[in-house]
This record gives sequence, structure tokens and C-alpha cells, in this order.
Amino acid sequence: MKVTYYPGCSLENTAVDYAASIAGITPLLDVELEEITDWNCCGATAAHSINHDLALALPARNLVTAEKMGRDVVAPCALCFNRLKVAEKALKNPAGNELGISYQGDIKIWDLLDYLTQEDYLQVLAQKVVKPLKDLKAVGYYGCVVARPPGITGKKDYENPQNMERLLEVLGATPLDWSYKTDCCGAGHAMSRPDIIDTLVHRLYERALAAGAECFVVSCQMCQANLDLTQERISKEFGKAYDLPVFYFTELIGLALGHPQVKEWLAKHLVNPLPLLQKKGLI
Amino acid sequence: METMDNSLHPSSALAEKLALGNLPASACYQCKKCSCGCPLTFAMDLLPHQVILLSLLGQEEKVLTSNTIWVCSACETCTTRCPNGIDIAGVLDWLKEEALKRGIDVPQPEVAIFHRYFLESIKAGGGRVAEATLVRRYTLFKMRRKFDFKELQQNMKLGWRLFKRGRLRLLGSHKPKQQEEIQELLQQIRS
Repeated sequence: MKVTYYPGCSLENTAVDYAASIAGITPLLDVELEEITDWNCCGATAAHSINHDLALALPARNLVTAEKMGRDVVAPCALCFNRLKVAEKALKNPAGNELGISYQGDIKIWDLLDYLTQEDYLQVLAQKVVKPLKDLKAVGYYGCVVARPPGITGKKDYENPQNMERLLEVLGATPLDWSYKTDCCGAGHAMSRPDIIDTLVHRLYERALAAGAECFVVSCQMCQANLDLTQERISKEFGKAYDLPVFYFTELIGLALGHPQVKEWLAKHLVNPLPLLQKKGLI
Repeated sequence: METMDNSLHPSSALAEKLALGNLPASACYQCKKCSCGCPLTFAMDLLPHQVILLSLLGQEEKVLTSNTIWVCSACETCTTRCPNGIDIAGVLDWLKEEALKRGIDVPQPEVAIFHRYFLESIKAGGGRVAEATLVRRYTLFKMRRKFDFKELQQNMKLGWRLFKRGRLRLLGSHKPKQQEEIQELLQQIRS
């Protein structure tokens, strides 16, 4: 199945591991990704915070190009997905859109986790697992704006999404229940208010450990960065040696399906996941 | 002319502007659900439901100079849970943009500057964010503002660890080709 792909800026920068794992596993599922021709940044938090017009115009340009390409569009980044949905709502406003752009809106916008956990793909995955992630206790951590607000995202299970857990079960891992799966990590405050990140992320570590987790599994590269990049700093700050690897769900798909490049993706993490995987006999 | 003490004179002007911006807030009945679910209240001076109430009363200065509008992380929990369908996070965004338009002295300059540099880096990158440039520029701003050797050392170390792993692309993102079209869009970004 060929689908249009909107990687977003981070996947060319701090999230190259996410990008590589997506490129690695999609062919195994017969998914062919074609990037939106000449895509631009969605403007992210900065644009919707201080420049409303730009925050619509930037994703609208991508969406109009995607529509011309004629296929559904998939975004691996929570905020890229959300901004495409915001632009879609504005462009499809029956009272006319403030952008003055013509848009039919026959294509569907997906976030990558939702796309790859459609029933058909879960069945394919179940057949292709060669190395079940047996005994790997994980908490699923969803990016805030992939589900919220439902008036934009169109999601139904926005308070307690389940598709990450379903996926982990298919891969043979042990998904754990916890109450923080959609709580915020501080997102775009990473540089400007690291103290806020520390408070929020520290709470996430504590709650994940209390649930019995050995690792996080994320579907948003901002979540990954805020959990992975700060672990050493927070360990020092709170006087407790946290050691919780932060996997992308795509990396775990690669691991369970025996993709040969998994180690290369994982080597880009700051929190080294190899000791945990070796202990479990998974690598 | 005597300055008006607006604390004694409720005004609907701000509420009307919000409604014009597709952000009607007058249905708020102060159930505080937004504030109860907000993960950032520990860093706020006004709680989200107070921002809405003060906005409805026309207390422009109080809301436009608050920390709250800047420390919101836009997680959208408030907007999601509001029983009256008020886009609370959207109101906070509107207030940020309005505060900058009015040239108000922002109480969280780090956040405001980071947003500005982010948008400028999209422009500099020809339509995509050059993360390394953004980080370098913002770090210089931070150091000029308050030189903290330990923080600089920590950031340099983090930057180096990311660079070694190929997670910090010094050349920035790939530049889109249709520069004319993109630059026209980006003209809205004022340096």
C-alpha cells in the first residue's frame, strides 16, 4: 500500500533514529511511503503560540500538496499530525476558509501509530514476529496532541487510548496499565523552561516505575527526546539513578520482526537500551 | 486623562474580541475542570479557569501580563475536557499573540524568544527548521541574559552526545525547492 508521508523537521534532526526505524519496518508491512513533495515545517508550537495565520498557512500548504498526490497522508510526529488536522478543519469550514485556498478534503490524515495498528496490519505483524518480546514490561506513552483535542483529531479514545498496548501484545511484550499514558512531558519547553520538563518527566519516571515498567514505548519524537535526553540530568537532580530506555514503537516492531538494523537505531539513544534487551535475551 | 481602574469596571471588550477570533468563552460556568486537569499549574500564577474569568471581566492587563499564558505547554487537556466546549488552550494562544502585538513586557522572555527564534529558523532554513542553528542561537541568548557556566557546560555536553550519534545535524534540514512560494508564506515572520 502506497501512502503519502509527512516526516516533519525533527525526523531529519534529533529523531533520525525514529526516521530510520520507520524506513526500516514499513517495507516489511508492504507500506510504501512517499514524502509530500517539497514539504515545509508545520510551524509547531511556536507558530500556534504567536502567529495564528502562519500556524494555519504552513500546514495548509502541505495538505494541499498531499491532496494533489491523491493518497492518505501519514505523520509520525504528534504535533505535525495535529497541525495538519487543524488546517484540514479550517480548509473544510463550510462557511468558507480564512486562507482562501481551495481544498476538497477527500484524503484522510493519519498519525503513524494509528495507521500501523489498523486490524489488517496487526494481523500481518502477528504472522511476522520472529522474536517475541517476551517478558518486556513496558508502559505506552502517547503524544498529547495526537489525540487531543478530539474536536480536531477526531479520536474517540482520547482519554485512554489502547492501540499501543494492542501492538505491544501482538509483539509479545507485556504492556502495563498506568494513568499517565497521555500526560504531558512539557513538550516544546525543552529549551526555554527545562525546569518544567524536569518536574513533569520526573513524575513520569516515578509513575512508570510504580507500574512496574522496565521501559517506555513512545510514538512521538518530542516525548522521546524529553524522556531520553533528560534522564541523566534528572537522576542527578533527584538523587536516584533512573534507567528506563525510551523506545519508539517502530523500533520494537523492528526488533520483534528481526530487522537487521535495530542495533544501529538504538545506538542513537542516550539511555542505552542494550543491557535491558540483553537481560531479556532479545539482542 | 486619568487612567481608568478597570478592576472596578468590568468590560466585555476582550470577550468580544475572543468571540470574533472563534474563541467564545462566555459559556464558562467556572467548574474548574480545566485547572484540575492542567499538568502545568505548579508553574502558573493564574489558574486556567481564572484566566477565562478575568478575560470575561475584561481584566486585560492581568491576563496579558500573566506567566500562565506562556508556561502552558499546549497539551490541550483543558480544551478537551471543558464541558462548555471552550477552547481554553486556544484562548491562551490568542492572549500570547495579543501580548506581543501590544508590546507588553513578557514575564517569560525565554519562552517568547524561543518561539520567535523557532519561526525565524524556519525562515533561515528555507521552510524547515534548522534545529542546530536554533539551539545555538537560543543558547547565546540565554548566556547573554544570565551567564551560567554549569548550564552551558551541561548543554555543550548534551549537544556533543547528540552530535556523536548523528542527532544534531549542523547543516540543518533539507531545503524545500519551491523557495519563492515558501518565502512568500514566511514573509509573515518579522525578525
